Amino acid sequence: MASLLQVLFDALSLGSLYALGALGIALIFGVMRLVNFAHGDVIAFSLFALLWPSTDAVAIVFAGNLPWFLLIPFTLAIGAGLSVLSELVVFRRFRRANPATMMIASFALGFVIRYFLLMLFTSRPKSIALLPALSQPVEILGARIPLLQLITILVTLAVLIGLTLFLRRTRFGLEMRAAAENFTMARMLGVRANRVIMGAFALSGALAAASALILGSQTGTANIMMGANVMLMAFIATVIGGMGSLAGAVLAGFLLGAIATVMQVILPPDARAFRDAFVYGAVILVLIFRPQGLLSARGAKERV
Amino acid sequence: MTRGTILRRTIATPLILSALLVAIAVLAFAVGSRPFNQTVIDLFLMVIFVVGLQVFVGNSGVISFGHIAFACLGGYVAAWTTIKPVLKSAAMPGLPDWLMGLEIPFWAAAIAGALWAALWAGLFGAILMRLSGIAASIATFAMLAMVNAIYSNWTSVTAATSSVVGIPILRTTWPYLAAAVIAIFIAWAYAISRHGLALRAARDEPTAAAASGVNIPRARFIAFVLSGAVMGMGGALYAHSIGLVTPDTYYLGLTFTTLSMLVVGGMGSLSGAVLGVVILSALIQGLRWLEAGVQIGNSTFALPGGVQEIGLGVVMILILMFRPAGIMGNSELSLPRRRRGGAENPGQTGPNT
Repeated sequence: MASLLQVLFDALSLGSLYALGALGIALIFGVMRLVNFAHGDVIAFSLFALLWPSTDAVAIVFAGNLPWFLLIPFTLAIGAGLSVLSELVVFRRFRRANPATMMIASFALGFVIRYFLLMLFTSRPKSIALLPALSQPVEILGARIPLLQLITILVTLAVLIGLTLFLRRTRFGLEMRAAAENFTMARMLGVRANRVIMGAFALSGALAAASALILGSQTGTANIMMGANVMLMAFIATVIGGMGSLAGAVLAGFLLGAIATVMQVILPPDARAFRDAFVYGAVILVLIFRPQGLLSARGAKERV
Repeated sequence: MTRGTILRRTIATPLILSALLVAIAVLAFAVGSRPFNQTVIDLFLMVIFVVGLQVFVGNSGVISFGHIAFACLGGYVAAWTTIKPVLKSAAMPGLPDWLMGLEIPFWAAAIAGALWAALWAGLFGAILMRLSGIAASIATFAMLAMVNAIYSNWTSVTAATSSVVGIPILRTTWPYLAAAVIAIFIAWAYAISRHGLALRAARDEPTAAAASGVNIPRARFIAFVLSGAVMGMGGALYAHSIGLVTPDTYYLGLTFTTLSMLVVGGMGSLSGAVLGVVILSALIQGLRWLEAGVQIGNSTFALPGGVQEIGLGVVMILILMFRPAGIMGNSELSLPRRRRGGAENPGQTGPNT
């Protein structure tokens, strides 16, 4: 029973991480059909922004020493800021480009961000102690769950509820949903395109920063490649969820987390190292049977 | 238009491109400096990779992030078949006996790499080619990550993430030149074949092509397998150029470099693929040279590490902004035609009638 509960919490916390990433990618895809390959590097950047540039193995924590109630908004602002900046400098000029061109541009932008970090911090992973109080375990029904895992799940739930309320109850959220549904029509009805897109980028960047905080305190290391794996899973979640469908992205994120955790438990020990390969294989299988994703967004179908 | 006319009209393109590569090889031979030789070898390898990528991406219009996975498959075939058996049994004890005792020359390893990669391209392609657009691109990414995850963890056969050393190193440029020329001719022959024409029709007008009887998944599948084979050959030769393989040699870095070369040159054009390699290789080499440090008077001027990649990324974004179709667009290098001079699209085969 206790171990079952442990598996459940593992699945939920891993799924939360994937869901946050998927949401960040689906938000931008929804408003401008951009598959943002720079998302993973925004995650890494948000964490490295807390450190002082150095080449040592142990990070010189700079802004990371702030108390948590300042640290969290600071990191979120960094993520949102970088994301908005990338919109202003790069993606704004690609409004009329086709999705493939935009995708490659974002790939290039991610590369630039990553090597900018490499220039300042080298490629060596750095150990950091971020919010150390969170690694203590708590006991729930006989299972020892790291406090961080619990907080990850709660934070993700809070973000999801907050975002749902924001999208459903505010004018800006309404505009954003309208733009995701049919961008041209929304513009004709007076939705200000640039504001909506900027908002989507800011939200997505803040979500990336939230992933960065969770990843950073979970692993205790900062690595310039740290975003890549989460981003890849997040992409896959958005594709399985049906491109552009926010609910689908979240659902698929949790599903991927669950599949990965369950595989970790049921695979024989020799095969555990290949867990990710099995997950990617499962994804390809899902795509054969539902190429449009589990919950396909209405605008995403190809029209003739 | 008959096959003969298409052949005659387009044969100039691969000949010009091959002549360009031969000229570069002769230059390297004449200069005789070893670092320059290595640079030229890298350039030829990139030509193989980018031309291989162009066979699929250029003709189908589907961006693939996964082709470097086939290079990885090819590279490990070179490791499995050319390392001396003594070294092999220490690094990769899990290989089957017949493979353990095998020691074949590099060209045979390149062919074996191509076939092995083509086999897997066929298996993956049978599934992936049903998808299109962004879903297909991301599925190819999943394929790359999957191959990388397997090769990074299968300790007994691939030595996991540590490098497998002992692959015989080839330091002359000629084998690489030959392979690059072969790749160019394969790409050209495919592009003017009926499958290539059908696939390009499907890229530009999917609905009309499907209505005219083009089986789009099948057309894509053929291109995918062929380009997988070219990538496998390139991967095996890449292993011979540096003498070792690791899974991360064939991962995101190489994917980014090859894709940027293709995009800069122009995805829709074989000449674009080759020119993109030549131009970006020159740029990368220049930036590397600056990173290593340049003597100006008494002081050494050096750019910090990482500038090379940043420069590459920035150039790529700028080219996408101002010339989204790349340097060559959809046109090919070709000799000026004698009659009807000044056709606006030299090298295009024109409407089929």
